[in-house]
Amino acid sequence: MPRLSPEELRERMARDLPGAVLEATPLRVAPPPAHGPQPAPFVTTDTVVAAERIVEAALYLRDTLGYAFLSDIAVVDYLADGVFELVYRFYTIEGGDGLVLKVRVPREAPEVPSLTPYWPGANLHEREAFDLFGIIFTDHPYLRRIYMWDEFEGWPMRKDFPKQGDKYIGADE
Amino acid sequence: MFKTEELQINIGPQHPSTHGVFRMLVTVDGETIIDLKPVFGYLHRNHEQIAEQNTYLQNMPYTDRLDYFNSMANNQAYAMAVEKLAGIEVPERAEYIRVLMVELTRILNHAGALGFLINDMGMWQTQLAFGMREREKILDLFEMASGARMMCNYFRFGGVVRDLPPEFMPKLKELLVAMPAFVDELERLLRENEILMQRAEGIGVLPKELALAYSVTGPVLRGSGVPYDIRKAEPYSVYDRFDFDIPVGSVGDVYDRFLVRIEEMRQSKRIIEQIVEQLPDARGGHINPKARQNVRPPVGDAYARIESPKGELGFYLVSDGSAKPYRYKVRAPSFINLAPLGDMCRGYKVADVVVILGSIDIVMGEVDR
Repeated sequence: MPRLSPEELRERMARDLPGAVLEATPLRVAPPPAHGPQPAPFVTTDTVVAAERIVEAALYLRDTLGYAFLSDIAVVDYLADGVFELVYRFYTIEGGDGLVLKVRVPREAPEVPSLTPYWPGANLHEREAFDLFGIIFTDHPYLRRIYMWDEFEGWPMRKDFPKQGDKYIGADE
Repeated sequence: MFKTEELQINIGPQHPSTHGVFRMLVTVDGETIIDLKPVFGYLHRNHEQIAEQNTYLQNMPYTDRLDYFNSMANNQAYAMAVEKLAGIEVPERAEYIRVLMVELTRILNHAGALGFLINDMGMWQTQLAFGMREREKILDLFEMASGARMMCNYFRFGGVVRDLPPEFMPKLKELLVAMPAFVDELERLLRENEILMQRAEGIGVLPKELALAYSVTGPVLRGSGVPYDIRKAEPYSVYDRFDFDIPVGSVGDVYDRFLVRIEEMRQSKRIIEQIVEQLPDARGGHINPKARQNVRPPVGDAYARIESPKGELGFYLVSDGSAKPYRYKVRAPSFINLAPLGDMCRGYKVADVVVILGSIDIVMGEVDR
């Protein structure tokens, strides 16, 4: 069975889920330096989906196209553009290349519908994303910190998290 | 009338059977488990954040520390991700050496994992010592090739750090002759063993559909009867040249996972035998001489995954064109395989938790990152 390319996926989703696929605008991976060569913008070839329709799109991949295996959810902090990008990775158990869905949410209000009600395996991925980046997954049954302790303040994987200093419990006592 | 009450108990974080510092919050009704919540983070060091402060090459020894049993497999996944990002080609001979090392790692990991599983069942030390004895022989080979026994740091972008020493191949062939006897011995000791049957058969059942929904990989998924192995499903490196089978279980209990691991050791040995045959004809050296180690990949992202002994190990890298990764994400198999632990343990006794956890085969260095 031939696997889909990202272009074919976008074509199909434009037909079956109108309005779900967004245009993949280039992102800046770093703030522009004061002098020297400017870094190239990052243009993704993967499919960017509207945040509020990720559940619909993921279920379309699972039920219609057979990509039932949700392998990974990664978060990337694009500080210069003020967005978080969530990277969902789907595979089929027959084998072959996977498909990638990307979701962009603003850094001020990072809210994404949760996939945990449909894939129990998304639970730990989403809790990790919440813990380290502060992404709020609506409808998640147990959205609590997973690595850091519950009283910890801040999101340690964000690009603007201070890399130095005495951030530990009791530091202000 | 006799009445029981629900009770919450802690297993861990300091407990010899949790394979590190791992805590399970168990709700029990009498001896029966109603609910189990894993609690992570006692070994958390923000690996990904630290990796973003390092250059690409500096991260190579750091990946060793993820799953410290299988440093070679971690190295391969990371090297593949960077090579994909930077467009570095790997010579044929280097690919063979890489696969050889990772398959040796698989045997080593399963020998250790089975030993610890049996240990957790109460058959104290004997089988663990058997597994560790074989592991030592493989570690000797690693030491010969890389200079280190556990934190090998052997892979480089475009190949491996140095070629195999001349005394490596005779030692490897010796090991291959002795290997079947060891695996057969382990199986003969355990297959019909009364203690193992009582503690493993029908315990910790993970049905096929649930295993898929939970995204588990590796021997846990194959034990549940899904023949999914990335070496076959999406062949990377030179795996498409080898003839090997993927063992699968039928029920998905602890016993099936045990049998899958035994059989995988045999299949790994088959692959190594084919490597020994094909390696002298492989083209190229141990490393691509044009490959720069201080890479500055172009802006972009890449994801590479391998079938590590514990499951799908993937690295997601985003480059901003500088010498350090902009984002470095590890898809750790031990971590994801823990997701169904609650469902696997529900309805069984407290003593079974230890065995079920042992059958998933976790390493906390990878779970907590």
